[in-house]
Amino acid sequence: MKNCLVVDDSKVIRKVARHILESLDLTVSEAVDGQDALTQCEASAPDVVLLDWNMPVMSGMEFLQALSSAKMTARPKIIFCTTENGIGHIKAAVEAGADEYVMKPFDRETLESKLVIVGVI
Amino acid sequence: MVMPPSPASTLQGAARILSGLLEARTGQVLSEGRAWRMETALRPVLRDHGLTDMDELAAKLLRKGDARLEQEVVDALLNNESSFFRDLQIFDMIHRQILPAIHADKTDRTLRIWSAGCSTGQEAYSLAIRLRNDAARWSGWRIEILATDISTAAIDQARSGIFSQMDVQRGLAVGDLLKWFEPSGEDWRASPELRRMIDFRHDNLFDAKAPTGAYDLLLCRNVLLYFSPERRQAVLSLLARHSHAGSILLLGAGETVIGQGDDFTAHPEFRGGYARQAALPEGAIGRVRRTG
Repeated sequence: MKNCLVVDDSKVIRKVARHILESLDLTVSEAVDGQDALTQCEASAPDVVLLDWNMPVMSGMEFLQALSSAKMTARPKIIFCTTENGIGHIKAAVEAGADEYVMKPFDRETLESKLVIVGVI
Repeated sequence: MVMPPSPASTLQGAARILSGLLEARTGQVLSEGRAWRMETALRPVLRDHGLTDMDELAAKLLRKGDARLEQEVVDALLNNESSFFRDLQIFDMIHRQILPAIHADKTDRTLRIWSAGCSTGQEAYSLAIRLRNDAARWSGWRIEILATDISTAAIDQARSGIFSQMDVQRGLAVGDLLKWFEPSGEDWRASPELRRMIDFRHDNLFDAKAPTGAYDLLLCRNVLLYFSPERRQAVLSLLARHSHAGSILLLGAGETVIGQGDDFTAHPEFRGGYARQAALPEGAIGRVRRTG
C-alpha cells in the first residue's frame, strides 16, 4: 500500500483527510508542521504529501523548499491542500515544485481526483 | 405537453406525471433508484413558483400548458453530474491513440468531434484542452467540437464556461487550471480561446438538429443508461447517421452497443471504443480496414 503523509496543524483536517485517504486504500501518517514533516520524510519517504500552507514552526512553502535539499531516497508527490485559494498562491506553489493543488474545502472526490492525476492511485 | 410515463413505470401520483414529462421531453426513464430524489431535485422549482409540493406542481402543469415551467422541471430532473477528464484512462486513450490515428489517416485535415449529452460541458472542455495542449500537431487543421444537451440550464452553464471551485478540482490538473482558466469571483472561467473552440447547442438525441454531416469521434457517455432499449437503439441509429466508416464512438463505462443494432461494433484497436461499420468511402479513416 502507498503511504500519504498529511501535514496540517489542524487536528480536525488531519482526521478528515485520514478518513478519506484510508478509504482510498492508502496508509496515512501525520505531521503537525513542516519541520515535523521534513523529519518524517527523511526517516521514511512517503509516496505523497498532502501539505497545508500556513502552519507554525515551518510553513508548507518552507517545507517544500527544504525538501529539495533533504536526504531522501525518492521525492514524494506534493499536493498542497490549503485555504490560500488565490491564483498567485497557486502559481507560486507550482513554481516551487508542487505537483497538485487542492483548495479547501475539499471532499473525497476532489482528493481522489488529485491522487489519480499525480499517479498515486 | 405532460404525458404519462411508459406502462412499465411503477411510479404513482405526481411522481408518475412528472416522470412522464421527463420521458416525453428527453426519452429518459426515471428509475425507482432516481425517483426518490425527485422532490429534492425539484425543490428550487417549487420555491421559485410558490408551490408547496410535487402534487401542486403536477396539478399546475396539468391545468395549463406552461412551456417554461415544463422546461424547468425537465432541467431539474436531469442528472447533470459531470467532471473534467471523467474516466481519465478514456482521455488518455483519446490523447495517445485515437487522436493520433485520426491525425494520421485523415487527408482533409479536418477533425470533427461530437460530445452528445454533454451536460455542463466538462467533457467538451477536456477535449479542447487536450487539443490545445497539442497545438503543434493540429496546426493547419480545422477543428470542430459540437457539444449538445437536452438541458437548457446545462447548456447555458457550459456556454458561459464558468465553473465552481469544486468543479475545477475534479479531474482538472492544476497546470491546466492555470493555463486555461481565470478567476471569476468565487468561480473560474474557461479562457475565451477555449470557449471559442466549442459549439454548445441545446438539442435532443432523437430529432437532433445541431449535428451536420459526419463526425470522426463521437462521445455519448453515461447517456444511454437512462433510456429504454428502444430509445437506445434510436440514439445509436442517429449517431450512426452522423458518422462515417471508421468513425469512433465512445460510450460510458457499463454502456454497450451489443444487442442495439449493428451500426457499431467493438473497435479492434481502441479498448472500450466502437467503430462504425460500413463500406469505407474514399478518404475515410483507414484504421479499421487495416486491422479489421
